[in-house]
Amino acid sequence: MESDKIEKLLEKYFEATTTASEETTLRTYFSQEQVAEHLEQYTPMFRYFSKEREERFTKEVLEPKTGTSRRMWYSWISAAAIVLLLVGAYFNTSSSSGTLEDEYTQAEIAAAQEALSLLSINFSKGAGQIVYLEEFEKNTNRFLDNGQKSP
Amino acid sequence: MRLKMQQTEFLNLVMPFKDKLFRLAKRLLVSREEAEDATQEILMKLWSKNKKMEGYNNVEAFAMTMTKNFCLDRLKSRQAGNLKLVHSNYTDNDSSLDKKLEATDSVSWVQKIMEELPEQQKMVLQLRDVEQYEYDEISEMLEMKPTAVRVALSRARKTVREELTKKHNYGIG
Repeated sequence: MESDKIEKLLEKYFEATTTASEETTLRTYFSQEQVAEHLEQYTPMFRYFSKEREERFTKEVLEPKTGTSRRMWYSWISAAAIVLLLVGAYFNTSSSSGTLEDEYTQAEIAAAQEALSLLSINFSKGAGQIVYLEEFEKNTNRFLDNGQKSP
Repeated sequence: MRLKMQQTEFLNLVMPFKDKLFRLAKRLLVSREEAEDATQEILMKLWSKNKKMEGYNNVEAFAMTMTKNFCLDRLKSRQAGNLKLVHSNYTDNDSSLDKKLEATDSVSWVQKIMEELPEQQKMVLQLRDVEQYEYDEISEMLEMKPTAVRVALSRARKTVREELTKKHNYGIG
């Protein structure tokens, strides 16, 4: 008899026409130990929903967020990349007067080349992150604007 | 002193629904860390607008809409590939272990099934069946027409049922 009523409610439930209290009836029914065998397949669904409701936000509500430090980190990378670029440019122009071999030993040239290749790798990394930052800012601002307009 | 007052007021204001923001963020972003980060940012934004918000009669709905927009934007940029680095930072090492353990439990099938739903259906199902909001509240929060909310909800529920029945019949687990 009870499972008849539950069946009817389930039908409405899947058409999204149940009221809040009818849905409470369903959740209560499926949270108990004895569930009619032919209805057992629905148990995980309602138990999952009840379980999910227990999840808590455990971080501080007003705490300097980690996002800030990450952002700082990106600006340092970008700054370092620019410094390296300037150093690289300096070496590049100063060596144009004579041949490289005249002014530097082989070891020095090798070291400079390595530094420059590191620079280019890190610079593109830094640049990639700047793109992300811009996108992030843009999206943040957009949702802020949206949020202000809507309700 | 005055600031302290405001902080307490703000905490009292957001306390009843901060978990709901977090759960919606987690539903969309999946990763717990990312959802925590998002929730913190959203609460900071709310805090910075605290004064202006006195005019709103429904701060909770406003905050839920903010969360929705914030997370959908994050997902969009993630899709565009810009967040790959950040995303990989967030995947915690033991999550695969967690998943393996969970897979033995039929209740967590529902979680997996929900992960596969389209975003809108995910959110509607979350707000109705987990958070137990009324239809008109959901339609305000998600900026959807009430009929669209019902359609999405019905689809989401039926998909979960279908997938569960499949698993049930195959007898996996």
